[in-house]
Amino acid sequence: MRRYAVATARSLSLGLLALTDVVLTVVVVLMIVLSFALGLVFLFPPGTRMLRRRTALARRLSGRWLGREIGPSYLPPPPPVRRQPDGWYRHDRQLYKTPRVPEWNNRWKWMFGDPATWRDLLWVTLNPLLGAALLLPVIAIGYAVPTARQGHPVALLLGLMAVAATAAAPWLLRFYGWWNEMLLGPTAKSLLASRIHSLNQAHLETADSQAAELRRIERDLHDGAQARLVAIGMTLGAVEALVETDPTAAKALLGKAREASSTALTELRGLVRGIHPPVLSERGLGDAVRALALDSPLEVKVTVDLKTRPEPPVESAAYFSVSELLTNAVRHGGADRVWIDISNRGKTLRITVTDDGSGGADPARGSGLRGIERRLAAFDGVLAISSPPGGPTIVTVDLPHALVWEDDSDKRAQMPKWKWAIVGLGYGLAWLPLFPQGIVTAIMKIIENENKSWFYILYLPEPVQWPLIIFNIALGIAMYGAAVLIPIQHSRERWMAEATPRRLWLHR
Amino acid sequence: MSARVVIAEDLHLLREGLVHLLRAHGFEVVAAVESGPELLKALTGERPDVAVVDVRLPPTFTDEGLQAALAARRAVPGLPVLVLSQHVEQLYARELLADGSGAIGYLLKDRVFNAEQFVDAVRRVAAGGTAMDPEVIAKLLASTARHEPLAALTPREREVLELMAEGRSNAAISQRLFLSESAVGKHTASIFTKLDLAPSDDDNRRVLAVLAYLNAVRS
Repeated sequence: MRRYAVATARSLSLGLLALTDVVLTVVVVLMIVLSFALGLVFLFPPGTRMLRRRTALARRLSGRWLGREIGPSYLPPPPPVRRQPDGWYRHDRQLYKTPRVPEWNNRWKWMFGDPATWRDLLWVTLNPLLGAALLLPVIAIGYAVPTARQGHPVALLLGLMAVAATAAAPWLLRFYGWWNEMLLGPTAKSLLASRIHSLNQAHLETADSQAAELRRIERDLHDGAQARLVAIGMTLGAVEALVETDPTAAKALLGKAREASSTALTELRGLVRGIHPPVLSERGLGDAVRALALDSPLEVKVTVDLKTRPEPPVESAAYFSVSELLTNAVRHGGADRVWIDISNRGKTLRITVTDDGSGGADPARGSGLRGIERRLAAFDGVLAISSPPGGPTIVTVDLPHALVWEDDSDKRAQMPKWKWAIVGLGYGLAWLPLFPQGIVTAIMKIIENENKSWFYILYLPEPVQWPLIIFNIALGIAMYGAAVLIPIQHSRERWMAEATPRRLWLHR
Repeated sequence: MSARVVIAEDLHLLREGLVHLLRAHGFEVVAAVESGPELLKALTGERPDVAVVDVRLPPTFTDEGLQAALAARRAVPGLPVLVLSQHVEQLYARELLADGSGAIGYLLKDRVFNAEQFVDAVRRVAAGGTAMDPEVIAKLLASTARHEPLAALTPREREVLELMAEGRSNAAISQRLFLSESAVGKHTASIFTKLDLAPSDDDNRRVLAVLAYLNAVRS
């Protein structure tokens, strides 16, 4: 009962909202026509923006009321115009003093060239019609109630119609959701475009952070170990000169050289730990995180449930993420206890770090969390944070495809029994209609052999013989076809997955 | 009679250096191997008085040496092993100490530079004592410092505990800290009371007790 009431109310509000789109359509179409007919091109972007605001609302409502989450379907916006070294901004072959005109041009092109803009327009134009359909239940009720009050005999019929329309309301909504999705949902093209966009972004960020890392390592080596080795070499040179004339001084210098080599080693150790901790390569993620936990001043409890080791690059990213999260817990969270949980869901590596600190962590502000995100982005990893003020802070890191050796294809790969039965039947029996009862019978008939043998068709009356022969041949081919195609169809998804390279690291 | 040593180290230069160093200090080097499986065979076959083992060894270049040492100690309980590494980890220290039978050393490779101290450590391990790298001890204490009983120690007592945990005797500690031996004795007694440990004369058991305690705080 409630369900129908809710559905009717929703279809009423959506319908009324859709009716107002008539005004929007007129305005937007006018703006577009003006922008082309009279060259008032500046009218186009605001018109498009109005459209997009309306469809954004429709997408939101679709997710909330119609149970159909619809993502934006637009192509990624153009990148900001870069200033050239000579201080000018370039658009095609023109140079501008400010980025405003090139930015505007890019945006205009982006809006105009995006098919989603025109799909939006189509949706807004047709939406009032569908809105009217959505209002049907309310209209039917609206007619039925007054007539019933008047005691008119048609009231019964109208009442029945109202009930039917109300009962159909959820279906109406479902249809409306489908319609929304069709025109407002992302297309394969726009999905691909935004995927490429985000991959590009991740790629750039990875390259950037790698370059920064390399610069840091270079600096550390240059100022640290390298400088100390030079000092050691010089000291040894001095020792060489002194060893005959002043053995005591030479001995003291040797001691100094030894000390310097020790310091250099300590520095190198620190550096190596920052690049790739030795425990990680020796023991893998689980023990490396345990070692981290032991070195942390907090009380850290680590649970690891992994059957296979992730790929080394992923392992390293995961390790440094955990390390950074632990540092954060110490530095900002004011935590005493931390729980780290490492497990897998299929091929996804999931790490959860929970602390009992004061909470309030925000990736927008913390550069540490931003760094983790950047590190994870290279592997399609996702960082989710729940950190209400007052704590606790729960950070979840998901790294898909991290565990390549984890086999989760079994569950999906298993064909249902009935499909196996068809395949078996096809391979086992398809020959029967195809050859003896099909092709061979046809040949017998063509050469008019009198020997009927077991070719049952030849015993039947003349007119049905040819049709039956053709039917048998078709049946045999169809059975073979089914036997071959069903498994292919079934495993297509898995094949596609396996055909795409997932390995990140090739063992040399 | 000189102590018999097995050496496992994959870098040729360092291996030769260790062999020379230990020979010069009166050890008898019975085997100098360069891989994990060879080490395990030498340890169980030769039953040396002490083994000096690098953590990272061929064929996998992971913690092959450590695993071989642990396996040998399972086969021959209390087999003295001194583990050398480019880096020290509490995790490994705990694994080495876990069986509680002592005769364990775990040092950074840098410590080889100081021949006297290194040979002293080898002798201590051969005699059934422990030789923990100061860096391990520092890490252990740093990460457990917030826990109740350790927080109660005075700075001087912590110093004594650190040296004690490295495996040094009261005499050595008194020399290091420029204290009289009786004063060190007083400190250790006070540490034991604060940490709730029954005092014992045995150097080795004392250190193990301390480390076992540190271990217990964590787990």
